[in-house]
Amino acid sequence: MWFFTDEEKDLQRLCKDFAQKELAPFAHAHDEAESFNLNAFKKMGDLGVLGITADPEYGGAGMGAVAATIVMEEFGKACAGSTLSYLAHSILCVNNIQNNGSEIQKEKYLPKLISGEMIGCMGMSEPEYGSDAVGIQTKARKDGESYLINGTKMWITNAQYADIAYVYTRTGEERKNLSTFIVEKGTLGFSVGKPIHKMGMRSSPTGELIFENAKVPKANLVGKEGDSIYHMMKNLDIERITIAGISLGIAQACVDQCIKYAGERKQFGKHLGSFQMIQKMIAEMATETEMMRSFLYTTAKKYDMGEKGPSMAAQVKLALPKMATKIALDAIQLHGGYGYSREFPLERMMRDNKLNEIGAGTNEVMIMIIAKNLLKDLKD
Amino acid sequence: MNEIQLELKNQLQKFCLQKIEPHMEHDDETETFRMDIFNELGELGFTGMTLPEEFGGVGLSYQDFSIALCEIAKYSVSYAVTISVSSMVQAILNEFGSVVQKKQYLPALSSGIEIGAFCLSESGAGSDAASLITSAKKTTQDGTEGYLLNGSKIWITSGGIAKTYIVMARTGAAGSSGVSAFIVRDGTPGFSFGKKEKKMGWRVSPTRELLFHNCFIPAENLLANEGDGFKIAMAALDKGRFTIGAIAVGCAERALDESVRYALSRQQFKQPIFDFQGLQFMMADMALEIECSRLLVLQAAKDYDSGTPNAKLACMAKLKATDTAMRVTTDAVQILGGVGYTKEYPVERFMRDAKVLQIVEGTNQIQRVVIARLLKKEYSKH
Repeated sequence: MWFFTDEEKDLQRLCKDFAQKELAPFAHAHDEAESFNLNAFKKMGDLGVLGITADPEYGGAGMGAVAATIVMEEFGKACAGSTLSYLAHSILCVNNIQNNGSEIQKEKYLPKLISGEMIGCMGMSEPEYGSDAVGIQTKARKDGESYLINGTKMWITNAQYADIAYVYTRTGEERKNLSTFIVEKGTLGFSVGKPIHKMGMRSSPTGELIFENAKVPKANLVGKEGDSIYHMMKNLDIERITIAGISLGIAQACVDQCIKYAGERKQFGKHLGSFQMIQKMIAEMATETEMMRSFLYTTAKKYDMGEKGPSMAAQVKLALPKMATKIALDAIQLHGGYGYSREFPLERMMRDNKLNEIGAGTNEVMIMIIAKNLLKDLKD
Repeated sequence: MNEIQLELKNQLQKFCLQKIEPHMEHDDETETFRMDIFNELGELGFTGMTLPEEFGGVGLSYQDFSIALCEIAKYSVSYAVTISVSSMVQAILNEFGSVVQKKQYLPALSSGIEIGAFCLSESGAGSDAASLITSAKKTTQDGTEGYLLNGSKIWITSGGIAKTYIVMARTGAAGSSGVSAFIVRDGTPGFSFGKKEKKMGWRVSPTRELLFHNCFIPAENLLANEGDGFKIAMAALDKGRFTIGAIAVGCAERALDESVRYALSRQQFKQPIFDFQGLQFMMADMALEIECSRLLVLQAAKDYDSGTPNAKLACMAKLKATDTAMRVTTDAVQILGGVGYTKEYPVERFMRDAKVLQIVEGTNQIQRVVIARLLKKEYSKH
């Protein structure tokens, strides 16, 4: 993008090289085996992106949403599953602790999370509370100098690998009385459920967090009791912007692959690219990808400049994943049998991208948010 | 639906629920095809539905067959496809084979003891099928007249599990008139299997490459006459198009069924998510598109049954039904949200299975080309 700073351009180049070297060559195998590329994840620590938005004093890069989105796009082109795990760690866990944690909590957890020594995750959704996230029922009850947590968190990215979890709980009957805790692996009463098998994002582990009278020290309460609702809403914006970055990466990778194939494959004595129908597909998907790019980075830039409209991130999150699914489906179609084969990365990208229409708030919830804001003066 | 069709549908539903559904999640993940299930489908008469009774078939119409395929596809697109292709091979043999060929190959296929495969595509000849280069050179071996097959075929549904293969190979000049069709049996020396494709969907139905290296085929295995191959292939596609459409309708119907059930039972914001208008519109559109597709498929089948096949309508049925299946299954994953994305519900499998319906039996791009070509022809008559 024209407004990228030199620092952001450097980051883009670094991430591109890293992704092509450490992620792309292994993406297929990890997708097949439903395994996590732990090796690459650890190396992201040395690359310096695990705390992309965190303060330099804790080892972070001190950058913003534009930078985080650049990482998502470049990684997303190579392996969306690894990128999702990276997002859960750096945006859902690290960024939350950076913004809401106490000095003591930051000093204790951030350096290890940012170096890659520790892996983080976040727990919001529950089996019965998905789109209706504020309704969550995992309860935290004060018990002397500790809290006892009971309940189950669902769809937790990195659950099986996480050393710490940033967990939203209910501390009162009132709907918005939610509080956040940092729960360490090994805490008595805290366990991880069975892995969840998914259509895509198979290289990103997903599991349940189970709390049965899990005893968490008071020192691990983030902010004050009842603060969670603010933490949650604040972080959802950057989560939605950055996850859209993965969709942008996927769309761009599809476009690149289609252009390459249209110039190689011949049918009826001519290159595919000389057929008008193929030209239309490529021209449209490339145009849509450019629109996605402009919209996404402009929104990220506005976010970094402090502009935080209520439906700004929701609009990006509604538009990009949906467009990327369409582009990926068209890319498969353009490649015919080869597109459907697991030896080409296109079908994986399509499966991976479908998650982006569901995770971090479904398309339908984005529509609710956007419409609610646009029609806020409605009386009935 | 008439009584026969209702009975067919009920029987299949019962069988699929009992025998197929319980295995699908596992078999999809492990890419396992179960021959015993296919054999049982055969015992019940579902593997030779359209073949005349004379050769062990049931002699049903293509309308009945479409309804049956649609029902099986609700549980497994893969088994529906296996039956559809094997039935297509039977139809080819029945239409173009000699009496000897029919007697020799049809009973095992119609009874479901064996599976048939249709082999046209090559790595360089997909949509442009007439450019195929697998060659069949006339020769004599140990006093027997025949052909030497050399080359390879790709994307062969049921490759490796089928026993009888209808293989298109070039016996003459370039172009469609130089293609002939041969019956090749599994185990013929010089005929081997290449790699098994790893695919996004249709994982239960094996897709394999076939390799021919100086593979001798006796002249008695030539189907019809030299040069008839492309005609035979195109005749098969006439039926193949709407049968793929029927499978697509079943696939989409299951996705709608799962969506409505889930939307009625799932509560968010203290009401069933079905009550949100956003989802109601999605489901109303899904139901509408499915009914349009079903009507097109059944009309194309009816035209075929009455001896007045309508190629344009058959293309439209394939195009509309498979685009619908893709859209409806994608929306179903969306309506189920997180659980829709997991292997615990079947909708993600149906979405993966739907995609290739837009590619096989002539890609949807090729369907559009053909529809346009037929339109032009209609208009240039006047």
